[in-house]
Amino acid sequence: MVTAEVAPPKGVSLGEVLETARRLPSLCAVNVTDNQGANMRQSPLVLAGALAREGIEPVLQLTCRDRNRMALQSDLLGAAALGVKNLLILSGDHPRFGDHPEARAVFDLDSVQLLQTVHALGEGRDLAGRPLADAPRFFAGAAAAPDAEPFGLMLQKLRKKVAAGARFVQTQATFDAEKIRRFGAAAAELEVPVILGVLLLKSAKMARFLNAHIPGVQVPARTVELLEAARDPLAEGQAVARDLVAQARSCCQGVHLMTLGREDLIPALLD
Amino acid sequence: MIISSQKKTEELLCTLEGKKALFLIGCGACATACKSGGEEEVFRMEDWLIRQGKEVTGSMVIEEACHILRAGRDLRQHKAAVERADALMVLACGAGVQSISVHSPKQVVPALDSLFLGNIRRIGEFEEKCSLCGNCILDETAGVCPVTNCAKGLLNGPCGGMEEGRCEADRELDCAWARIFERLEAQGRAGVFERTVAPKNWSAKGSPGRRSLKP
Repeated sequence: MVTAEVAPPKGVSLGEVLETARRLPSLCAVNVTDNQGANMRQSPLVLAGALAREGIEPVLQLTCRDRNRMALQSDLLGAAALGVKNLLILSGDHPRFGDHPEARAVFDLDSVQLLQTVHALGEGRDLAGRPLADAPRFFAGAAAAPDAEPFGLMLQKLRKKVAAGARFVQTQATFDAEKIRRFGAAAAELEVPVILGVLLLKSAKMARFLNAHIPGVQVPARTVELLEAARDPLAEGQAVARDLVAQARSCCQGVHLMTLGREDLIPALLD
Repeated sequence: MIISSQKKTEELLCTLEGKKALFLIGCGACATACKSGGEEEVFRMEDWLIRQGKEVTGSMVIEEACHILRAGRDLRQHKAAVERADALMVLACGAGVQSISVHSPKQVVPALDSLFLGNIRRIGEFEEKCSLCGNCILDETAGVCPVTNCAKGLLNGPCGGMEEGRCEADRELDCAWARIFERLEAQGRAGVFERTVAPKNWSAKGSPGRRSLKP
């Protein structure tokens, strides 16, 4: 199972991003990010709906940062009305990382509670217990951080997410083979399929930027050194990504490729 | 204790434009303790206002500015000076400022920004540990409040941004959920981790809050 992701524009027209999505190699599904990195973008519902209309399977990412429980339920019902079934339920990056750092972070629900909400809607009732006119059908997943320590602390949250209805887990970008193995084993025990997040590193500078500014992503020092020393850092980054894809084939059920503009390289990564 | 800090002088000057005569009110409780609105700060503010060409008709420090009745009584004792003022500058938290505005039609000028309910680590060092959410679960979270200490206020934490036990919103701070986990492990119990915490009832506290102690 292979997925990639696209971001809605900071604007109105979807022409360009739909073109990007159309040019993606045939994938299982395409994630639509939700104000990723706490940067304000067009609502992901619209792009997800547009992808569904084009016959490209969307995974709508939905965070808890920007909407209260009412807006979240409204948007979920709206997504279903647009033909969107797949969801990736996330907490969401803190506003301090993005372009509206003064915004009030909502977090009326956390990701576990939102998964429970998705489940409730699927059973034909809202969070207040009131019956829906008709029920949406969702296939919801959650995120996980294989690098997180202590492992037990992350595992209890993963268990809660599965108990709340997560049908798959997409990991944050990780580069640690041992931690991937450990995570894969734990997820297998919980009987939840894992889609490994694979981030294409393009240079040492990029790796250092991620370590300094992007929450939840840790590029190991030796990988940064490899990129620094490489004659062709992008080729080195691709090699790192290919190794991760290979590992995913043995201990996970899929990969989520984050190629940041180099979607053309996706076929080579999957070779 | 309510932690407050004095507003920047530029902001105060802006607010005070066109107001010549001021009556100053300080607070003997929290504002004194965090050196933002006690007697000393009131005197210093008086000096500064005079240097800006303002007139200070008088000043007083209320024992606890948030006490509405006491504030009214103290104001009446300075009736003449209050009358002569164009505005009442209050060096107290928002509660203190509003004790005054309840009693007087005169314009109030808050000299402070109210920041948080603070613990006192040591003299001059304050930390927010409780955000007055109205539904305390500190027994389940081993004495660490996730509503306050978790940057996202998660009730089922941690989030994916935790790195080496630190919070993504401020890497100088420990992840509250990492702390809760460690303490519960040391206490040999599951605590909050044995249930999925339901969404918070934000209507329980009332906004604005009101509470009446019946006899």
